[in-house]
Amino acid sequence: MKMLGLSQRDTTFLLIVVFLTLVTPILLQPFPEGSGMATFNAGYPDLMQRFAIFGIFAIGFNILFGLTGYLSFGHAAFLGVGSYSVVWMYKLLGYNVVPGILLAVIVSALFALLIGYVSLRRSGIYFSILTLAFAQMSYNLAYSVLTPLTNGETGLQVYTNDPQVLMGENSPTSPHFFGIVMNESAKLNVGGWEFTFNNGYYFCAIVAILVFYLSLRIFRSPFGLMLRAIKTNQTRLNYTGLNSRPYTLAAFVISGMYAGLAGALMASMDPLAGAERMQWTASGEVVLMTILGGAGTLMGPILGAGFIKYFENIFSKINDNMLHQWFAWMPDGIEDFLIGLSHFFVGKSWHLTLGLLFMLVVIFLPGGLVEGGQRIAKAVRNRRSKGDGAEAQTQPAE
Amino acid sequence: MGILEVKNVGKRFGGLQALSDVNLSVQENTVHAIIGPNGAGKSTLLNCFVGKLIPDTGSVMFNGQSVLGLKPHQINQMGISRVFQTPEIFGDLTVMENVMISCFAKRDGAFRMHPFETVAHERDIVEQAEQMLTDVNMIDKRHMHAASMSRGDKRRLEMAMCLAQEPRLLLLDEPTAGMARADTNNTIDLLKEIKEKRDITMAIIEHDMHVVFSLAERITVLAQGTPLVEDTPENIKGHPKVKEAYLGEAA
Repeated sequence: MKMLGLSQRDTTFLLIVVFLTLVTPILLQPFPEGSGMATFNAGYPDLMQRFAIFGIFAIGFNILFGLTGYLSFGHAAFLGVGSYSVVWMYKLLGYNVVPGILLAVIVSALFALLIGYVSLRRSGIYFSILTLAFAQMSYNLAYSVLTPLTNGETGLQVYTNDPQVLMGENSPTSPHFFGIVMNESAKLNVGGWEFTFNNGYYFCAIVAILVFYLSLRIFRSPFGLMLRAIKTNQTRLNYTGLNSRPYTLAAFVISGMYAGLAGALMASMDPLAGAERMQWTASGEVVLMTILGGAGTLMGPILGAGFIKYFENIFSKINDNMLHQWFAWMPDGIEDFLIGLSHFFVGKSWHLTLGLLFMLVVIFLPGGLVEGGQRIAKAVRNRRSKGDGAEAQTQPAE
Repeated sequence: MGILEVKNVGKRFGGLQALSDVNLSVQENTVHAIIGPNGAGKSTLLNCFVGKLIPDTGSVMFNGQSVLGLKPHQINQMGISRVFQTPEIFGDLTVMENVMISCFAKRDGAFRMHPFETVAHERDIVEQAEQMLTDVNMIDKRHMHAASMSRGDKRRLEMAMCLAQEPRLLLLDEPTAGMARADTNNTIDLLKEIKEKRDITMAIIEHDMHVVFSLAERITVLAQGTPLVEDTPENIKGHPKVKEAYLGEAA
């Protein structure tokens, strides 16, 4: 089956992604409530929204870094710009998220055009440093000079005396999409399991599917081919009559718009915007996500985003009490030892676990989690083809 | 009037006068070789044609238009393609994609925003690229990773990429450098074949006299940044000034 201008393989791929995204609230609740493993459930709205939002952020980042190889260390600036735009629209117009999201995408595009135009005059490490400098500059401006626009340290939020000219008598008093309120959820109890279907999550998920489809089209387009060519040999590209500058700038602006959209969705879930969203750690996080998942692959950034957000939220929740419960059956000495050891990897120290995993992936799977998946698939195929040799060999491996 | 007219070109790098007073005229539809000992300024001269270097003095006219100050991609779009000493190809892409990029550059110019078209649906580009690969006998390698090929094949691919643009002038910077004898002969045959099939002008920089005398119709000998002689291969072979430049005065 072919659909929406995609090849058969890509259509199947897209449909799988759509399916997985829609059933996420069920998939992420594999353990019944109250069981010892329930801590590892991730099917609550806040976290699922973050999966989708950071997925969008990483998909966009991958268009720049994965395709052209230009490593930006300043993408958090666009995230912040997106959030501020949305909150401003709440303050001026009302709680419908649509005007804010549109404004966020436009403003972050303009912002990316400016930063990209200057930064792309250099490549390699100098480009990274320039983008980092711009992002830190934006962060500091948001904190200090631009206080009238950003409300400085407190963060931008909606006050009762704001104009909100489009607010009617019965309009919802929290972010909504034409009446569908983001923080409302439907709950479903099946046996011991509880599934939460949150409006906000589905809103983010549908946006994520749309932008994933866009990135799929970009990957398969002549434009995407040129971006990949820039990564492998810019000299040859120039001597083939192609001007690499507008191509990289277009990629930079597109990925900036994705980041702006992600920032806008953050403020659509929670009507707040703070300068810390622009800090360099947030820029670094999306780099980690993309590399961990597999830069330059379609699925990689989404996997990486999910992986990091899962660890951030689940591992950081594990505390000493829970460790005591898990290891209670062991002899005392060993129990204390194991708890002491685990202590370094969970709770506030979850970064250590993430760091170790990141090292392992970079050393053993330079292509990220996607490469891991491909290796497993290959191993399974090889084993199967040993079983019924001739038949499996007729299928070309891709 | 030649297709490429070089007048009084000079280039200095600090204390080194790399080129001085170079005059050269490459006639349309000929193979023009530029030879000379190491450090004669051959590569510097070539870099002045493609926009990598800007000469300090003089002019370089292609097809009646000055190329000085233009960017490499602009000069390429005028009709000059270049083959590098070490093949420059898109190593991470497939052979087919490499050639398709040239076809896109020919059709769409230096930049075109086309994010919602699909490469596989561009029938004319796919056909052109397949035709080009058939012409250079590489069609069976079209799905290969370009970086994984032998050096000879990389050279052949680079040639195909340049030809796919249908350039009026093809510049070759030591196309057989570092190649084994068999590969060198293959390259010579390929170049001869290209010359027979198309209206194309070639300027070759080369060390290997075997290559030069098999292909060139005109030869310019460069020594210490200035052209010594320009003549047909027959006359160059026994020219005393050429021997002197290559072997030193004692010879």
